[in-house]
Order: sequence, then C-alpha cells, then structure tokens
Amino acid sequence: MTDRQIMTGDEIRRAIVRISHEIVEKQAGTQGLALVGIQRRGVPLAKRVADAIEEHEGVRVPVGALDITFYRDDLSLVAQQPIVKGTDLPFDLSGATVVLVDDVLYTGRTIRCAMDALIDFGRPRAIRLAVLIDRGHRELPIRADHVGKNVPTSREEIVKVHVAEIDGADEVSIARQVRAPDAGTADETGTAGN
Amino acid sequence: MTTVASAQTDIPATAWHHRHLIDLDVVSWPEIDLIMRTTDEMKGILARPIRKVPALNGRRVTTLFYEASTRTRVSFETAARNLSADVVSVAPATSSVTKGESLVDTVRTLEALGAEILVMRHSVSGAPYLAAEVFGGHVLNGGDGWHAHPTQALLDLYTMRENLPGGDLRGRKVAIVGDILHSRVARSNIWSLTAAGADLWLCGPATLLRGMDRWATAWSGGAIPGHGRFNVTSDIEAALHDADVVMGLRIQRERMQGGLLPSLREYAARFQLNAERVSLAKPGAIVMHPGPMNEGVEIAPDVAISGRSVITDQVANGVAVRMALLYLLAGAHEAAHGETPL
Repeated sequence: MTDRQIMTGDEIRRAIVRISHEIVEKQAGTQGLALVGIQRRGVPLAKRVADAIEEHEGVRVPVGALDITFYRDDLSLVAQQPIVKGTDLPFDLSGATVVLVDDVLYTGRTIRCAMDALIDFGRPRAIRLAVLIDRGHRELPIRADHVGKNVPTSREEIVKVHVAEIDGADEVSIARQVRAPDAGTADETGTAGN
Repeated sequence: MTTVASAQTDIPATAWHHRHLIDLDVVSWPEIDLIMRTTDEMKGILARPIRKVPALNGRRVTTLFYEASTRTRVSFETAARNLSADVVSVAPATSSVTKGESLVDTVRTLEALGAEILVMRHSVSGAPYLAAEVFGGHVLNGGDGWHAHPTQALLDLYTMRENLPGGDLRGRKVAIVGDILHSRVARSNIWSLTAAGADLWLCGPATLLRGMDRWATAWSGGAIPGHGRFNVTSDIEAALHDADVVMGLRIQRERMQGGLLPSLREYAARFQLNAERVSLAKPGAIVMHPGPMNEGVEIAPDVAISGRSVITDQVANGVAVRMALLYLLAGAHEAAHGETPL
C-alpha cells in the first residue's frame, strides 16, 4: 500500500479559511448560522471553520457534533458495530442554517444519515454541506455546497484524512486499497468509506 | 452524551460477539463496559424531542412472556420501538401454549413467523438455553425462574454508576436485602457487581440465603477469575453499615411454599428497609428496588419515595439498557454469519 499525499497541512488550513469565507458569504453574515461536525473528523474540522469565522467576522457561531451510527442503513453489512461517539447539539436547530461539516464526501450515504438525524432534533431553515475532500462516486443525489478539494479517485482507492486533533498531524493522502474482505468499517481506521 | 471536546478522545473498540444474552456469567468486564457506554448514547436519544432512531428499522422483535410482567415487557417493547423495530407481543395465556404446545414448538413457530430477536421470560430456570438451541436468531433473557435476569442487573449497574460519585463501583459497598434464594435479580447482580469490583453483601433470613454461602466461599478461592468475593449474612445491621447502595428485593409470596418464613410481619420486623435501618448506610447512599414492591413488607413506603430512592431512575434506565442490548445483539448476528462490508 503506497500513500500519496494530496494535501499538506498548509493546504488544509487555506481550504478551511476559504470555506469559512464562502459560508459567511452565502449566508450574507453569521446570523442564524450553526456548524455541525459529523463524528469523528468532521467535528474538529467544524471547530476550525468556526475559529476561522470568528477571526474574520468577530462572531462565534455555535458548533455541534453529530454521531450518525444509529441512522446508518448498513448495520447488517458491517462486520463489527461501529463505535458510537456521541452527539452534542447545544443549540436549537429550529430556524437555523445548519452547515454539516465532514472530512470526505463519497457515496453520500453518511450525509443522508446525518440529515435524517438532524431533522429529528428540530427543523432547520436550511441544511448545507461543507467537506474537505469530494472524491466522487455518489450513490445518492447529494452534492456539497463548499468543497476544500475535488479529488478524482477510483473505488479501489482510499482517501485518508488526518487531523492534528485526532491523528497528531494534518494531512490528506490517497492509497490503494489492500483490505481483507472482512475488514472492519472504514470509519474506524480514519478513512472515509461511507 | 459526550461533549465536543471529549468526543475526540479515542475509545478502545470492543466488538460485541454474543449471539444471545441469557446470563452475565459469559460476559466480560470490557463487554459490560461497552453495554454501559452504548446505554449512555441511548439515554441521549431518550432526551431528544423525537425519542426514536432508525437503527433497527425493519428488524422483528418478539416478546414471549410465560410469567406475569408489566415493567420488563413494556420496557423491552418500548426499547425495540425506540429503535424502529417491529414488535410482536405473545402472551402464552392466550396462545396455543394453553393447548399444550411445547416451548420448542412455540419458538420454532415464532421463528417461522419471522421473529429475529426473541425476548423471553419463563418460570423454569434454564428455559432460554433450550430456546436458544432451536431458535435461529437471538434470544434475550427477560428472566428465567430463579436463574438469571441479566437486563435487570445491567440497569442496576448503570443506575449505580450514574448515582455514585466518579461512576466507579470498585470498593463500594452494595447491600442486597430480601429473598435472595428465589431471586434471579440477585444471581445476575452477583456476576456484574463482583466483576465491577463492588463489596457485595447479600442479606436475608437464613432460609432465604440457602446455598449462597457455598457460592461465596468458592469464589473467595479464586474459582472464577475476574470475579471478587461476596458476603452472605443474616445480620441486617452489618449488611447496611456504611453501605453505598441498599437494594431491597421483593418477598416472592408466589414462591413461598414450605414455611421458609414464619410470617410476612416477622420478616418486616427483622429485615424491612425502613428509615431507621437505612440510616446505617452512608449519608449519600442510594436505595434501589427492582420492583414490583410490596410496600410495608420488604421496604417502608417512606423509604421507597425518599430522596435517596432511585427506583424510578431504574425503570427509566431499563429502557436505555434494553435499547443498547437489542442494538448490540442485532449487530452481532451478521458478524457471526460472516457478512462482508460494502
């Protein structure tokens, strides 16, 4: 398995700053804005976007964490139960513009689960999607509003997003998949498969 | 529920691989811990405006209760519905069981009708093992005879962890008082509480403790690794002194044949958890009871509703624990059958 770096730490930082500007521009301000990171690596990314917005707008937008484990449609298809990592939405979603933040957009199934989960907590005015990497291969009619980097991939490749908060360093790399057919869920290894 | 900050800390992944849950004797401490953590998440769901997630959408849960039950059956059915499972409730009193159908035939019939998870209660100890032999899905024991009531023991453990400072039972004194002999709740609690490292005391009249001292002595010799010793006594003051947790058990009148107790009044006079006795426990001690209570027999009404009582917490936590177990068991099925991930 050979890893090829596709984003450095600096590139990740610049992409997040750009996404933060795009989010504020699209909302025409920060009024009613809330960020929700999808467990696990979407959570630190959402915090960083909020930090960047605070830096240039002087406003702290609320940040939440969403675990979609109980909304997955593939409990029967994974070899081990995914480990639940916790949902924390310390604000009222009703009427808010919620920007979901995740590391990799792939099939779109995670995002579908996340929208189902969000709607159980309230009725947002709008749900938008920001991702660091869009690697294509959608299986559902879902697209991202804000993308850090579009990366054409094949299904045999895996995209690994590393963030300092969880993995000790910031990096995005791409690798050829060498996995036993009964390997665990991709999410557990820091790669985005769903 | 974890906060944004703590959600980033790595939790060691423990896979759940038990197809059935009949007693806690085969469940390791890391597995019990996994159940407790999954229960935390389920409590989070119960605190939401919509107390329902689609995790078990389309899965079929059947409850088969050969013994009377309100809270356990309703708790399981509520738990299954909160996970979007389809629930079928079989009451043997109005089923073919009254025509002489055997347990094995009933279980086979329910499987043919589509049951995937069978929650059962039976008056015969060990009946769920027989059901598990013939059932192709998962068997979850809702109480069998005097043998085991694992979900009650797990909700008890969860409620203790929630109410004790630090959430740790190591070295904490837990006194279980009442009809130990006939109690499946006590037997399952022995496994989980000794595994949790609690200082466990079982207390009641000698006639209702029969056989327990031999069990306690066998374990003090390290007969089962990872399980600590527990104490057996008829001295209520010694059992309650400095206790962190006081749990009353129901005097099971329906099982009280053969003069085990002179009278309920005498039991109440010597062993009832009343305010005076409970004051022997630590100031912050909690009072528990698995229900249904005989108020005025094993527990005084004022103790049952006092500020120390966590009896209603136990009922509420029961739904969350059962959601966690249904979820974990449903996932274990596919792993056991070697399904591959997409």
